[in-house]
Amino acid sequence: MIKNGSRLQSQVCDTQVIVVRSADGLDDLRAGGAPMVPIGSEPTAGLTLDPALSDGNLMGKRYVDDAGAEVLVTKAGKGTLSIGATPLSIKEAKPLPASD
Amino acid sequence: MSISMLLEMAQEAAMSADPERTAVVSDDIRLTARDLSTLADGGAGVITSSGARHVVYVGTGGAMLPLMLFSAARASVPVTPLNYRLSTDGLRALIDRLPDPLVVVDDEYRDAVGDGYRVIGSADFVEAARAAQPVVEFADPDSVAVVLFTSGTTSRPKAVELTHNNLTSYVTGTVEFDSADPGDAALICVPPYHIAGVGAALSNLYAGRKMVYLRHFDAGKWVRLVGDEGVTSATVVPTMLDRIVAVLEEGPADNAALPTLRTLAYGGSKVGLPLVRKALSLLPDVGFVNAYGLTETSSTIAVLTPDDHRTALAATDDAVARRLGSVGQPVPGIEVQIRADDGTALGPDETGELFVRGEQVSGRYTDIGSVLDADGWFPTKDIASLDADGYLFIGGRSDDTIIRGGENIAPAEIEDVLVEHPNVHDCVVVGADDPEWGQIIVAVVVPSAGASPDPDELREHVRGQLRGSRTPDRVVFRDELPTNATGKVLRRELVSELNAEQSTATKEPA
Repeated sequence: MIKNGSRLQSQVCDTQVIVVRSADGLDDLRAGGAPMVPIGSEPTAGLTLDPALSDGNLMGKRYVDDAGAEVLVTKAGKGTLSIGATPLSIKEAKPLPASD
Repeated sequence: MSISMLLEMAQEAAMSADPERTAVVSDDIRLTARDLSTLADGGAGVITSSGARHVVYVGTGGAMLPLMLFSAARASVPVTPLNYRLSTDGLRALIDRLPDPLVVVDDEYRDAVGDGYRVIGSADFVEAARAAQPVVEFADPDSVAVVLFTSGTTSRPKAVELTHNNLTSYVTGTVEFDSADPGDAALICVPPYHIAGVGAALSNLYAGRKMVYLRHFDAGKWVRLVGDEGVTSATVVPTMLDRIVAVLEEGPADNAALPTLRTLAYGGSKVGLPLVRKALSLLPDVGFVNAYGLTETSSTIAVLTPDDHRTALAATDDAVARRLGSVGQPVPGIEVQIRADDGTALGPDETGELFVRGEQVSGRYTDIGSVLDADGWFPTKDIASLDADGYLFIGGRSDDTIIRGGENIAPAEIEDVLVEHPNVHDCVVVGADDPEWGQIIVAVVVPSAGASPDPDELREHVRGQLRGSRTPDRVVFRDELPTNATGKVLRRELVSELNAEQSTATKEPA
C-alpha cells in the first residue's frame, strides 16, 4: 500500500497529488484515465488523456473514495482523478474560522 | 508532505491570482509569496553549506519566522525558534540540547547566545540567503520539521518534535486552501517560539491571507495596526485580550476602533468568562473564536466558533449557555476521549483526563520518545469533560490539582466562580503547603479597578456556589498575576512565594 505523504504525478496532464490517507485502492489511482506515477518518473510513451475522464481537478482540494482513500491536489490538471474507472469525489469540509 | 509544499502551493495560487500580492508584512518589510520562496531557497543553501544538523532561531520573529521555517524545511533540517526572553544560561542550556546547530540570532540577543556556537546574525542570514546557491530538498514527510520547547512552567522544558506530516495534516485538515478574500489580513502577535506562532505562519499562508506581524505586543499599537493594514483576523492570548479590552474601553465604545476586524481568536490559556463577555459586548460585529491546542498537537485541536459564541450568549437553556466557557468541538481529523484514572473511557458530563488522537498529534519528545499509547492516543494531562453534543470543557492541568486533606480539588472550578465576583478582575487558585491539611486552598486575587474586596466576602461568594471544601482557606491580593509572555499564569511562582511567606511567618516568635 502506498505511504501517506507520497507524491504522485499524472502522465497525461499537469496534475500532482499528495496521499493524505492511504488505502489499497490508491494502487490504481489514475488521472485522466492513466495511472499516476511517483513524482519525477518518466511518463510511459503513447498515453493520452481519456476524454471521458477530463473534467479536471482543483488545486488545494481533497478527493476521496468510499473506502477511505484521500489525496490532496497540489497542482491542478485537466484529468479527472479516479480509482480504476470510478472518479473520486471532492471532500466537502465545513469551513473553520481562522484560529491562529 | 513537507511544509515546504504549503509555500509552493501558496506561491502558485498567488502567481495565478496576483503575483504582486503581499504575503508578509513586518515593520518595513513586505514580501510576496514568491519573494519568500526565493529567499527560503537561498536560506536553505546557507543552512546546507554550513553543514548544520539543526537550525536555531533566537529573535522576535516577524518575517524571520516563516523564512526560517521554510529555509530549514528546504534544507531538510529541523528548526527551533527559542524564547528570546530566556536568561543567557537558560538560552544556552536549550541550545546545548540540540545537535550541531546553526544559530540565527537577532542582534539584540547575540551576546546572550555567545560565541560557543556556529552563529549568524538575522540580517546577515537574509543577506547570505540572497546570494546563496538555492537548495530545494523535499524532506521526508515523517522527518522532524520543527522542535519546540514547552514553556517549562512546571518542570524542565521538554523538546516536542513535530514532523512535516504532523504540521501539514493540521494545516490541510483545518484550513481551506486559498480560501481568503483578496483583502484579508491576519495580525500575528504571538511569539515565534510558541506553537500558535508556527501555526499562524503556515495556515495563513496556505489560506492566502496576508500576514501582518507585530513583534512586540502593545495594545495601542495592535489597535492602530488593525486600522493601518485592514486587518480582518487576529489571534491573542488572554493577557493581550485583557489589555486590548482596556484600550477599547477608553475609546469609542463600538467597532469604530477596529472597523475591518471580522474574527478575533483567543487561546493559549484559559480566559475568564467576564473578560470574554466584556470583549463580546465591546465588539458586537466581531466573530470570536476560542482555540484550544497544545504544542504536542501542532496547535488547535478544538474550536468554539463565532456562531457557538452567539448561540451560547443568547441561550436560555443552561446547557447551551455554559458552552461559552467551553473550547468548542474538535477540529476535523481529531478524536477525543475522556478517561478515568483507571483508564476507562467516560461518558458525557463525566470529568477525567483528556486523550486525543489524530495525524496532527505528535506526542514525541527528544530524549523521551513517544508517549502515545498502543492505540495512538496522547495524554494531554488536562482535566476535561464533554457535554452531550461533544462540546469540550477544559478544567485546568492535572498537575495543578490541589490535594487538601486527601480530597482532590481542581482550581479551575473555584476560579470560574471567583472571577464572576464584580470586585475580582482576575484570579488564580493554588495549593500552599500546610502542616495540618497537606495543602490549603489559596485564592490569589487581582481586584477590579478601584475595588478593595473583603476576603470574607469573596470566601462567602464561593461558599454560596460550591461545596464547603472548595472555599478558599486564604485570600491574598496582588496588583497583577505573574504570567509568561503567552499569558500562562506561573502558578509555581505563586506557590513558592506563599510557602516562603508561610515559613517566615511560622518562624517568627508568637
